[in-house]
Amino acid sequence: MLKVENIEVYYGAIHAIKGVSFEVKAGEVVTLIGANGAGKTTIMHTTSGIIKPQTGTITFDGKDITYTRAHTIVEMGMAQVPEGRRVFAKMSVKENLEMGAYSRKDKGSLEADYDMVYERFPRLKERRKQLAGTMSGGEQQMLAIARALMSKPKLLLLDEPSMGLAPILVDEVFNIIKDINKDGTTILLVEQNAHKALSIADHAYVLETGKVVLAGEAKKLLNDDAVKKAYLG
Amino acid sequence: MNQFIEQIIYGIQLGSIYALIALGYTMVYGIVKLINFAHGDILMMGAYFGLLSVTLLDIPFGLAIVLSMAVCAVIGMLIDIIAYKPLRNAPRISALITAIGVSLFLENIYRVMFGAETRKMVIPTSLTQTIAIGNIKISYVTLLTVFLTIICMVALQLVVKKTKVGKAMRAVSEDQQAARLMGVNVNLTISMTFALGSALAALGGVLYSVTYYQVEPYMGMMPGLKAFVAAVLGGIGIIPGAMFGGYALGLIENLAKAYVSSSWSNAIAFGILILILLFKPAGLFGKNVREKV
Repeated sequence: MLKVENIEVYYGAIHAIKGVSFEVKAGEVVTLIGANGAGKTTIMHTTSGIIKPQTGTITFDGKDITYTRAHTIVEMGMAQVPEGRRVFAKMSVKENLEMGAYSRKDKGSLEADYDMVYERFPRLKERRKQLAGTMSGGEQQMLAIARALMSKPKLLLLDEPSMGLAPILVDEVFNIIKDINKDGTTILLVEQNAHKALSIADHAYVLETGKVVLAGEAKKLLNDDAVKKAYLG
Repeated sequence: MNQFIEQIIYGIQLGSIYALIALGYTMVYGIVKLINFAHGDILMMGAYFGLLSVTLLDIPFGLAIVLSMAVCAVIGMLIDIIAYKPLRNAPRISALITAIGVSLFLENIYRVMFGAETRKMVIPTSLTQTIAIGNIKISYVTLLTVFLTIICMVALQLVVKKTKVGKAMRAVSEDQQAARLMGVNVNLTISMTFALGSALAALGGVLYSVTYYQVEPYMGMMPGLKAFVAAVLGGIGIIPGAMFGGYALGLIENLAKAYVSSSWSNAIAFGILILILLFKPAGLFGKNVREKV
């Protein structure tokens, strides 16, 4: 589904990503874990086409998207829930969902998808006329996920979805991610909460200062001594 | 009393024009955080296109307005693509200086092409007539200005609130990167904003030249500046604010002209502006919304 090969990304003089490769197969949950500044968000932005790598290739669904523009990548079936939710605060919940469906060409089936999203997130239905910026952090996170789902993605990128949420909401978010995956959407998850991420993922990559230092089956990494020491406490 | 009502009506007429121009300032600022100082010159070009299409193409006045709006919409987009787009990630001051450059460029190009002299605007004779309601006389130009402005404002609100491109504009103005992640073509959306704003300015330009009977290359400067002030007064980036600011400025200016002194009218209008901004620095409609994170 997604294959990232040896990408290098610079921010001006800063060498942020130093040759990272990873793969997400259809139907999987793959997670990238690592500390702050390891380059997780940069990788997400590069995959989505917001930033372009200096070298390396990104293949999505069999097509080279390394230099494809971000909005075209969304049309191809990749959606991202960005770090910090980034909902449109001055727009209503419904309008945020409409923005999520912006790239959709099949207008006919939209209504059914709003219903599906409202079913998954009943709170959003209650609040569909409310401005997104007035909702709580947890509700905004649900909206950010729902918004991304409205584009009917084949691959969903989630960047730190549990950040800043109360523990009970963290559990809820991870359950939702599991459900979305079960319903057939492939998932690439970036998390600081390594324990949670590893427990729902199939494969995992551990990042340190712009490089993959460890990769493998998530269950194995969960029990790996080095990972335990560094990320699971 | 009749004179007062007439002055109010003229104030609304002038305010309509300011509001039309202010909308473009505020929309462009809202989406790219740029004070487009060339915006007043779009008004000037709109007036020229209106004049030229009536005199050279010999088309009806109504059609001339539409043509002028369409041409200016395209020019507005071109200005964005040529002058501002390459500077999208540059410091904001660079784009601002560029805007001043574009403004001077347009003024001087028009001076070279059409001469510096003031041309008389051709107005259909039917528009110069007046109707009387009771003892109050209103010219058709006034009615046309007020009426067209209201139609455009309602249409603009519908576009921004209801259409896909309008929602994309609001999304881009709030969070460009997030909009891009929704599949929005950000550059295209910005171009559309320039096009819409420029079309409104062109309408403002034709109406302005019809009001004052004249067209000249520097005619955009003063109304452009005042419309900018109107946009700031209402709260820059806020569409209803620009509308309100335009009407407020037009009314204040006209009443000052009528009852205080015409040479003091600008000083009074800008003085009131300074006073309002002292107490409401974000403009009348602006507020510091705190977002939850």
